[in-house]
Amino acid sequence: MSDKKLLLEVDALKVHFKIKSDKSWPWSPALNLKAVDGVSIKLYEGETLGVVGESGCGKSTFARAIIGLVPATDGTVVWLGQDLTKLPARELREKRKEIQMIFQDPLASLNPRMTIGDIIAEPLQTFYPELGKVEVMDRVKAIMMKVGLLPNLINRYPHEFSGGQCQRIGIARALILEPKMIICDEPVSALDVSIQAQVVNLLKELQTEMGLSLVFIAHDLSVVKHISDRVLVMYLGNAVELGTRKAIYSNPLHPYTKALMSAVPIPDPELERSKTIQILEGDLPSPINPPSGCVFRTRCPIAGPECAKTRPGITGNDDHAVSCLKVSV
Amino acid sequence: MSLLVVNDLRVEFKTPEGNVVAVNDLNFSLDAAETLGIVGESGSGKSQTAFALMGLLAKNGIITGSAKFEDKEILNLPVKELNRIRAEKISMIFQDPMTSLNPYMKVGTQLMEVLLLHKGMSKAEAYAASVRMLDAVKIPEARKRMDMYPHEFSGGMRQRVMIAMALLCNPKLLIADEPTTALDVTVQAQIMTLLNELKRDFNTAIIMITHDLGVIAGLCDKVLVMYAGRTMEYGKVNDIFYRPSHPYTEGLLKAIPRLDSEGEVLATIPGNPPNLLRLPKGCPFQERCHRVSDICRTTAPELTGFHDGRLRACHWDWEEIEQGREA
Repeated sequence: MSDKKLLLEVDALKVHFKIKSDKSWPWSPALNLKAVDGVSIKLYEGETLGVVGESGCGKSTFARAIIGLVPATDGTVVWLGQDLTKLPARELREKRKEIQMIFQDPLASLNPRMTIGDIIAEPLQTFYPELGKVEVMDRVKAIMMKVGLLPNLINRYPHEFSGGQCQRIGIARALILEPKMIICDEPVSALDVSIQAQVVNLLKELQTEMGLSLVFIAHDLSVVKHISDRVLVMYLGNAVELGTRKAIYSNPLHPYTKALMSAVPIPDPELERSKTIQILEGDLPSPINPPSGCVFRTRCPIAGPECAKTRPGITGNDDHAVSCLKVSV
Repeated sequence: MSLLVVNDLRVEFKTPEGNVVAVNDLNFSLDAAETLGIVGESGSGKSQTAFALMGLLAKNGIITGSAKFEDKEILNLPVKELNRIRAEKISMIFQDPMTSLNPYMKVGTQLMEVLLLHKGMSKAEAYAASVRMLDAVKIPEARKRMDMYPHEFSGGMRQRVMIAMALLCNPKLLIADEPTTALDVTVQAQIMTLLNELKRDFNTAIIMITHDLGVIAGLCDKVLVMYAGRTMEYGKVNDIFYRPSHPYTEGLLKAIPRLDSEGEVLATIPGNPPNLLRLPKGCPFQERCHRVSDICRTTAPELTGFHDGRLRACHWDWEEIEQGREA
């Protein structure tokens, strides 16, 4: 792993939102919502980092903070030796040539009043205004071919496409600048099973072909298993487990990761009915007022009294690290 | 005697662009305490089937065929009679638990309303019964929860409330339209366990509509696979999963990434689902099928019975598929 080039290093990233409750007095201090509370990752060139967790665990906020769509409260995001959180807006904008994003809802992320040719060309026109029209169109057509869209569809509007095709348009728009890294925020969650497989395969192909690095956010553990080299499991704004795909999936250590794995239904009647599901009791605590100590302790089957007092840090090595007082790598 | 027998159910919508047949000649039957899974992708007509049975179709929808519930026809009934069957005999859970609860009413009031209307209970009786039901679906502090509004509940809790509401009148049939799609996996696991317990304790028959084959595998006895409004195949759950007889089912099973496998590249079903307004002549699946032959392009395959009560609509020879699997 060390021979690969380190692209991105996020260290103790925190994103806190100040919120005012309706019930509070106007002069009372704002509450602090800890959406991401100290998450660190490393991403190497050509690798895929999968980020999994349930809704509200902060995985999308984490991704948005990397690219600067939400301001980071604390911590650093080092992209090729440069801290993105300290960059002025103008320079950060330049970095977006190298970091692009694909969004969850394929139709909602495309402007309905623009043709798909214009949508895909827009990043080029923004960042390289000196390019001629013909050149832009050629590149748009080339990239459309690459993602499996026929170039003769260039003058159509987004509503004329199915969900899977819209997601391909989103991918084409992200790829046209030839970025080094793409952040995919639940890119296949809204798609049907057969289409989902097409898009996952397409992303993998493009990755090998163009040497892309991906940050792949999803709540579906099986999809993440298929695409990722390394996996980060998040719970309530915290990293609970981080490691290589093999380490996480064949030897999950954290009780939350274990529960999450056991809850995924397996499309095989006999296996599905004979497996034991570890049901997590209760609901996700509020990130405004997270539990003291370990955030998972309120639902943890192995929590002890010490878990309420000490907040575990993530410990382990590059291949497998876990944040728990009771288990270690 | 079967609880529900559906024969040649057909749902057609009149639209400005032409008529759309959303559900085409559907046949299935369901016994008490049995669970039928209807699986298909978006636009395959699985939800419209449920809406047709419940009399909830949009105004431009036309239903033909028959659906007999306890030997009584329930399709195209007048609203007054339907209202008696709905909730008392058949109830439904919807996909999005937030939008199916009234945000302006306390959860308790919404639950009690069902009993006051349908069972003619007194308020005190209805209150007690509602609390009991909230307990049964494992909502903690049920009494306190009765006085809360839907927005104070989490997604999983709201879906529990919906299930509680659907079960208040002790229905014989529960139609669940993608009940866990909007929920996280750990919450989904809680809801699935709950549904399995209800099946056991209340003897309720369930029609489970979903696109998730994993959910089907865990809960259902029989499976109906739909594509473009038609039945592709129908049979017992083990037969469908271990010996699929239709190329679409085969493809679907291979296309899902699985937690228990190491496969690198996913098998895909090429192409996109067809537009129901412009269905191809012949089999609706032909453009995406890897076993397509000339006859598929001209004649739509009939739904035919074979082997132990299974049904399939495909020109490809069943024996050949079986031999291919063994080889």
